[in-house]
Amino acid sequence: MIVYDSVDILLNDLKLSDGMQLSFHHHLRDGDHVINQIMNAVNTRDIHDLRLHPSSIFPSYTAILEALKRNRISQLTTSYMNGPVAEYCMKHPLKHGLHMQTHGGRARAIMTEETVIDIAFIAAPTVDVLGNATGTIGPAACGSLGYAIADAKYAKTVILVTDNIIDHIENPQIKKDTVSAILKLKSIGDPKGIISGTTTITNDPVGIQIAKKATRLIEALGYIKPGFSFQTGAGGISLKISENIKQLMQQNNIQSSFITGGITQYHVEMLNLGMVKSLYDVQCFDLVAVDSLKNNPKHRSMSAHEYANPENPNRVIKNLDVVVLGATEIDLDFNVNVTTDSYNMIIGGSGGHSDTAEDAKLSIIVAPLIKARTPIIKQRVNTITTPGHTIDCFVCERGIAVNPRRQDLIKILEKSHVSIIPIEDLLALSHDYTGIPESFPSKKEVIGNVYDRHGRIIDYLYLKE
Amino acid sequence: MIIVGTLESSDCLITIIPAETLIIEVDSIVYDAFGQQICHVIKHTLAKANITKAHIICQDKGALDYTIKARLETAIARYQEEGF
Repeated sequence: MIVYDSVDILLNDLKLSDGMQLSFHHHLRDGDHVINQIMNAVNTRDIHDLRLHPSSIFPSYTAILEALKRNRISQLTTSYMNGPVAEYCMKHPLKHGLHMQTHGGRARAIMTEETVIDIAFIAAPTVDVLGNATGTIGPAACGSLGYAIADAKYAKTVILVTDNIIDHIENPQIKKDTVSAILKLKSIGDPKGIISGTTTITNDPVGIQIAKKATRLIEALGYIKPGFSFQTGAGGISLKISENIKQLMQQNNIQSSFITGGITQYHVEMLNLGMVKSLYDVQCFDLVAVDSLKNNPKHRSMSAHEYANPENPNRVIKNLDVVVLGATEIDLDFNVNVTTDSYNMIIGGSGGHSDTAEDAKLSIIVAPLIKARTPIIKQRVNTITTPGHTIDCFVCERGIAVNPRRQDLIKILEKSHVSIIPIEDLLALSHDYTGIPESFPSKKEVIGNVYDRHGRIIDYLYLKE
Repeated sequence: MIIVGTLESSDCLITIIPAETLIIEVDSIVYDAFGQQICHVIKHTLAKANITKAHIICQDKGALDYTIKARLETAIARYQEEGF
């Protein structure tokens, strides 16, 4: 396998040219050094009309910002973005737009060749001399490389970018067969930035109250039983719910079958206590999870395709019982927004939000009723990330609302100790505290699309004025 | 000069500086949605305390009306105690 140690020589050999489609993954999160090193080299060249497919964009990806300012990029396709690149994109339309996918939808688009990637630059914490790669070891170990697997299999040219080359990797996450070359850099990432900022259990009284209500809801609906499966992600409230569920399982001597999604130390602890049979890990949120993935065979990495591709009949989340998700806004039809804030700035994106909501038997949104005077419930969300017909319940500190489409759930809860309240009443209650918001952002010029996992446009992004 | 409150989320920081006229400055993260309501609460609270000359600065991080009112009333009380 050919090994480059210069980005410039590599880009020359790749004949990087106008209109090319480039992809990156975000497993090194805010500690990624690969995107900036590649894009800094791109920025010095007189190249235009590049189409970028980073699986997410974090605040530290400043070379993308520079590329936008130098008019190198004409299209951005991603699943999540925040920080300066997001802010710039909302105020400066791209020639071919901004396209927000889901994690499962991204894998689907690549595998159906709806998205054709010319060059995939894959940050690979350890590579062997043959061109196999793993994320579990190396100075920038990040654990699972789940979001990069489709790129590694389907891109026309696959470049592994690493700072650690060894003789042999036992169980590679990426196999050498489709790899074209290796780029060796001094550093591909800063481990401190690889850890997500949101992976501790909340101790905020409002968050604790929400978690308590959500746990009671899941229990009352009969989901906490032997063999059940769940995904909570890494939000503070979600982790509190995990902790509550864990206590209930211990009290009742229940073992669950699997936990999916982004994995944290709290999920690893449940695995180590034998309370869950397997962890299916598309993304490690902390170093405990990275370590567990390396050492515990019951902690398995999975690709975005195995996790959530809607065209994969064996996708893991098809068997998911319960998913707990967050929201920046929810509306009276239970549509959820995690893409923009109420002032029309991009602050995130679906990630696996709308994938899991659609597949899980029970999808629960947890969020405080009011966040810094901004009511979470709207007449209509600013942006639809996850359609309301896939959302079953909304839990806030003041009560639980159930989607009227789920009369089956409402019937079960009527016979339980859990009381529910119409979402319209929760909206009125929040306005009692905050007053009625005066204006909403004007929406004139479309600058991008929001897609569901099947590739259908479900909403638009608008220029921020 | 009197300063009351914090810049924590859901709170506000009120500053009162002696002035010859009444000047009200509001800087809020939710100004588009609630700016008018915030101004209304401030004016109402000032009128109730008979403050007609002062420079009021409200740096708001999404405080509810009663928080803004409480912070401002405290600031006014201290302002008057200090003999401005």
